[in-house]
Amino acid sequence: MRVGVITFPGTLDDVDALRAVKYADGEAVPLWHGDHDLKGVDAVIVPGGFSYGDYLRCGAIARFAPVMQEVVEAANKGMPVLGICNGFQILAEAHLLPGALVRNHKLHFVCRDQWLKVENNTTAWTTRYDPGAEILVPLKSGEGGYQANEETLRELEGEGRVVFRYVGENPNGSRNNIAGITNARGNVVGLMPHPEHAIDALTGPTDDGLGMFLSLLDSVVKA
Amino acid sequence: MARVVVDVMPKPEILDPQGQAVANALPRLGFDGITAVRQGKHFELEVADDVDDATLAKIAENFLANPVIEDWTVRRVEA
Repeated sequence: MRVGVITFPGTLDDVDALRAVKYADGEAVPLWHGDHDLKGVDAVIVPGGFSYGDYLRCGAIARFAPVMQEVVEAANKGMPVLGICNGFQILAEAHLLPGALVRNHKLHFVCRDQWLKVENNTTAWTTRYDPGAEILVPLKSGEGGYQANEETLRELEGEGRVVFRYVGENPNGSRNNIAGITNARGNVVGLMPHPEHAIDALTGPTDDGLGMFLSLLDSVVKA
Repeated sequence: MARVVVDVMPKPEILDPQGQAVANALPRLGFDGITAVRQGKHFELEVADDVDDATLAKIAENFLANPVIEDWTVRRVEA
């Protein structure tokens, strides 16, 4: 399994995402924002950080990077794509996922270990979790408030496309406590919290996040 | 050359915590009577004469604003 991880100017979490792929026995392949090249990978992770300094809007400029044009095309053909934090913002700006991420409702940057409930374990990235499982992973974002219009929210809820929901107090004002969603096909997932920071109890709060990368392994092997 | 102004505002139904923070600060600074503030973005573009309105609308809709959460207006002004 070859899994690409994109680095944009201002990306921070590409190294941890590459490490998480290796923990799941995948081959981690660095991808460069300026290349029209996915290097033959089986899946792509768009990692967290502050691509292009978050100028204009988070993800608004990264969306137009050459590599993202390849990601959009591959995602529409069914390739598994995971967007974490800034990566989720980029996937939303690229219209691979509906809605948008806005400034946290209390304006503070939130950095804490956050409980999430896994509500959809049928996506390419979540099959290793039991339905309703609660996992603890870091959340660190200033613009993590998930916003979408009523029609989109009804569609997401009705089709079971809310993948992760915040447990307990809403940390950022996200509609319906939404922490992560998927597209209709289930190959593209975006979430604000950071599973790649929780793959080993030595370096994270838990290893609860590793299941996402192991799930990917299963779905690629099966495909 | 012409000057084009693009204003981008959060949609009315989208929570605007930055605008609210500004509104909440005003009474503390001694300014009363301001009941609400909404905060957006203002772009000034220097535009060649052959750029038409449709192109400007495309720039606003697809790049300067995110229509999921923001409304935009484009207007040509005296430079």
